[in-house]
Amino acid sequence: MNRHISGQYDSELESVRLGFMGMGGRVERQVQTATRAFVTHDVEAAATVREGEDEINQLERVLDDRCIHIIARRQPTAGDLRLLITIMKGCIDLERIGDEAEKIARMAEKISHLPLPPDQYADVQHMRELVIRMVADTLDAFARLDLESARSVISADGEVDTMFRSIDESLSQELHMHADSVMQSLNTIWTARALERIGDHAKNICEHTVYLIEGTDVRHLDRGDGGTLE
Amino acid sequence: MAEQHPDNWNDYPGGGTGTPDDLALDPGLQEGTERPQPAVQEEICLDVRGISLFYGEKQALNDISLSIPRNRVTAFIGPSGCGKSTLLRCFNRMNDLIDDVIVTGEIRLNGLDIHDRSVDVAQLRRLVGMVFQRPNPFPKSIYDNVAYGLRLQRGMARSEIDDRVEWGLRSAALWEEVSDRLKESALELSGGQQQRLVIARAIAVEPEVLLLDEPASALDPISTLKIEELIHELKDDYTIVIVTHNMHQAARVSDFTAFLYLGELIEHDDTDTIFTNPSRQQTEDYITGRYG
Repeated sequence: MNRHISGQYDSELESVRLGFMGMGGRVERQVQTATRAFVTHDVEAAATVREGEDEINQLERVLDDRCIHIIARRQPTAGDLRLLITIMKGCIDLERIGDEAEKIARMAEKISHLPLPPDQYADVQHMRELVIRMVADTLDAFARLDLESARSVISADGEVDTMFRSIDESLSQELHMHADSVMQSLNTIWTARALERIGDHAKNICEHTVYLIEGTDVRHLDRGDGGTLE
Repeated sequence: MAEQHPDNWNDYPGGGTGTPDDLALDPGLQEGTERPQPAVQEEICLDVRGISLFYGEKQALNDISLSIPRNRVTAFIGPSGCGKSTLLRCFNRMNDLIDDVIVTGEIRLNGLDIHDRSVDVAQLRRLVGMVFQRPNPFPKSIYDNVAYGLRLQRGMARSEIDDRVEWGLRSAALWEEVSDRLKESALELSGGQQQRLVIARAIAVEPEVLLLDEPASALDPISTLKIEELIHELKDDYTIVIVTHNMHQAARVSDFTAFLYLGELIEHDDTDTIFTNPSRQQTEDYITGRYG
């Protein structure tokens, strides 16, 4: 990509691009730490996540503010416009991934006094690995403008949804049979649910990234009955 | 319902809308060209095929082909010297007034070749009106400016001229501001009002096409917005082609945008596409303010 005639404009766009990736990196670490805290009952790790949450919220505000200023002052077009739209929408998803990580951390704190289950949360561990990879690939796809990577995250979301349904089903049965493990089962379902939402948000960011790269809107294509605002 | 246009210039009454069915944009015309063109079906008003223009030995336009849809606003954008104003002036043969200009290729207005021997150039320029960068009212009254072209048309009664002057001024969104001082000099109007007066003068003779060459570049922001609003209203009745250096103005007012560079048509597409997802890197670089 050629540089703008205005070097200042280049700096402004680069600043929000790097800011978005920086925010993504922090969110990625939050997800890693929160899920590790849950599956290992590590209360200190959970506390770290809760402390880091506000920083992510503030980053969203700062990035939004910078994007609004660039739009107001530069009236961006074409690829520049798509970059800013992608960052502004992607920020919302990153912030919500941060919220989900915080929820997982809270649940980790709630169950930290209980013994680890016999299966060591095998299903959640599996789901965790997949979702963490999705988040990492999402940030890579944005940073490298990698269409293939973005599309592979979008399709991986279906697998996460399936895993969540499976965990939900098996733990619901567990709840019926073993009333003494209600708390652990419920928190595990909610954690799996949070991971499933993180997968959804990663998918959203990748859909925005596809828009950034090739200018096409790939959201909700399965419901193609074309709505109208008029 | 589409109205048929005359099949030769001598029978041209100089009004009406619609175009012969066989002039609708043929998707086949796009085959074999690498330059993106609008994919939508539109009625074509001006059809440009292989236009090249030389100022002496210097080539200013190189094999330009594009179709200008009826009742739409088409914007020409590009850096200084890219040929956008030269191309605009081809549409009413204003380049004929410059020595040593050679034009090759074909331009059809409603299917009729504007370079045909039977064309009365004055009649062509009535059908294809033009407004320039600097407002150029005549040193006459507001009324006389708008009536000027009408008086050249023989047999028009005074009352009819009065009606057409009012209609022209209303269409140009100027009537409310000048109706009580029609006999005052046009030169006393503000720049923005003068430009709308010039537009009123152009549309009073009922052209089909309005060519606007940087119509707002000498105006303040409020006058510019009034001109842009006027362009939006006028496109219901006229086919408008605007040349502008202001890319955001092109984005605001036009339905289609053509990007020219060094006398070549680089890309021509609907304006939404040009400004959000252009096909050509050169277009992207220009509209985003990058070095080409």
